[in-house]
Amino acid sequence: MESSAELLNEIAEALQRGDDERTRALVSDAVARKITAKQILDQGLIAGMNVVGEQFKCQDIFLPDVLLAARAMYAGLDVIKPLLISEKVASRGKVVIGSVQGDLHDIGKNLVGIMLKGAGFEVVDLGSDVAPERFVETAKSENAQVVGMSALLTTTMTAMKRTVELLKTQGLAGTVKTIIGGAPVTAEYARSIGADAYGYDAANAVEQVKRLMGTTSRNT
Amino acid sequence: MLKPFLERIQQGEILLSDGALGTMLMQRGLRSGGSPDEFVLSHPEVLQDIAQEYLTAGAEIMVTDTFGASGLRLASYGLADRTEELNRRAVELLRAKAGDKAYVFADIGPSGRILKPYGNTDPGEVLASYEGQMRALAEARVDAFCLETMIDLAEAELATRAAKNVAPDVPVIATMTFERRRKGFFTVMGNSIKQVCDGLVRAGADMVGSNCGNGIEQMIEIARELRTATSLPLSIRPNAGMPVTSGEGVSYPETPEFMALRLPDLLAAGASIIGGCCGTRPDHIRALRQVLDQRAGR
Repeated sequence: MESSAELLNEIAEALQRGDDERTRALVSDAVARKITAKQILDQGLIAGMNVVGEQFKCQDIFLPDVLLAARAMYAGLDVIKPLLISEKVASRGKVVIGSVQGDLHDIGKNLVGIMLKGAGFEVVDLGSDVAPERFVETAKSENAQVVGMSALLTTTMTAMKRTVELLKTQGLAGTVKTIIGGAPVTAEYARSIGADAYGYDAANAVEQVKRLMGTTSRNT
Repeated sequence: MLKPFLERIQQGEILLSDGALGTMLMQRGLRSGGSPDEFVLSHPEVLQDIAQEYLTAGAEIMVTDTFGASGLRLASYGLADRTEELNRRAVELLRAKAGDKAYVFADIGPSGRILKPYGNTDPGEVLASYEGQMRALAEARVDAFCLETMIDLAEAELATRAAKNVAPDVPVIATMTFERRRKGFFTVMGNSIKQVCDGLVRAGADMVGSNCGNGIEQMIEIARELRTATSLPLSIRPNAGMPVTSGEGVSYPETPEFMALRLPDLLAAGASIIGGCCGTRPDHIRALRQVLDQRAGR
């Protein structure tokens, strides 16, 4: 019989291939072998997703490969979700994401959501066409530490500024950090509207969120 | 009566299309987040003014304001039940301006969905959405279907097939958006230029090409690669460079003079239809017109 480490490695590899059926089956095996949900998550699913994220960043693979890997990730997560709750595995933090008001593009935003989950964050995805008020209300009700906004259109990116300002007027600046991204968005634009971070691609967005989580003033 | 445009292209003519619409609409009151396609119903005079500016600048192809006017996308604005009306009106508006001086091409954008197995959208749903839009456009007698800013070859093939299903006699110009990656130019979904050409030819496209995502210099490289991958005529519509943002504003850096200066290389690379995407204005089209006229000895 293979070792736990080998099995976890196999999970990571099945996930990298985007094989959701195999990932689900291997995760079920791991659960049956009493490997903890936390280990399956960290050393199987997240480890696999990290490799996929790295390959995507290096341009060795394309978006479809990431989407298939994510599908496999969700298949595995489905199996261990109840166990993660009963084991009381602490979340690394919570991020509210969405495409800004008027913007119906959500490929980039979905990708960021996938990679964030892959890195172990809890993600509240508000979808597309999200109003500033909704970002702020959700961040409050969900006790999220970070709000991530995406825009693909130059016509909609100005909605980001309104969200950043709304957080400020509600006294949440510093407690709820903001990160923005999307094709027309630049680091300079992020600075000019007072956003806390800019992610130039999905992998970078995850790195930035990790950084922001380390600097939020709230303890969770 | 204008000669069918494909005949002119086959005889070696270069046709000049109009420039950007979306960025022009923003200057004319399109609010952040509004549907640009809805302008057909609410502000037809604005669209006709812009068309007139491009005609005056020397464009001989007008592209309709229907990029997002497929049933699937209009549904996001609660306008799905007006698909037929909106598309028909969009053609009529331009036809009234174009008369027998210019062609009217129907703009068709991506569905905004990710197809199975990568996403959740059933290809049949997207095909039906395109067919509904294209039927209305064909009945309004467009001169071509212009698929633009496509990032997924599978979807561009679906759209090409939809066009051939509902209006086999209307030429299809399928243009995709490429980005430079470490290993060359690819779409966001990872389709290479060679794969794109092979797939679109199989699906029945009459012309292929690229629009958006790049300024003219990268487009020259893309056109060269397209030329080696297919013998179909090419349509190329560059951005006026990539957007530069500052504060509330967005601007595009490439000037009409710059585009005009690089145009001969784009023509040498094999482009038959040229025009402008995001950030280009009537001045860009005017500058391109001058180069074309000089070249033709006019």
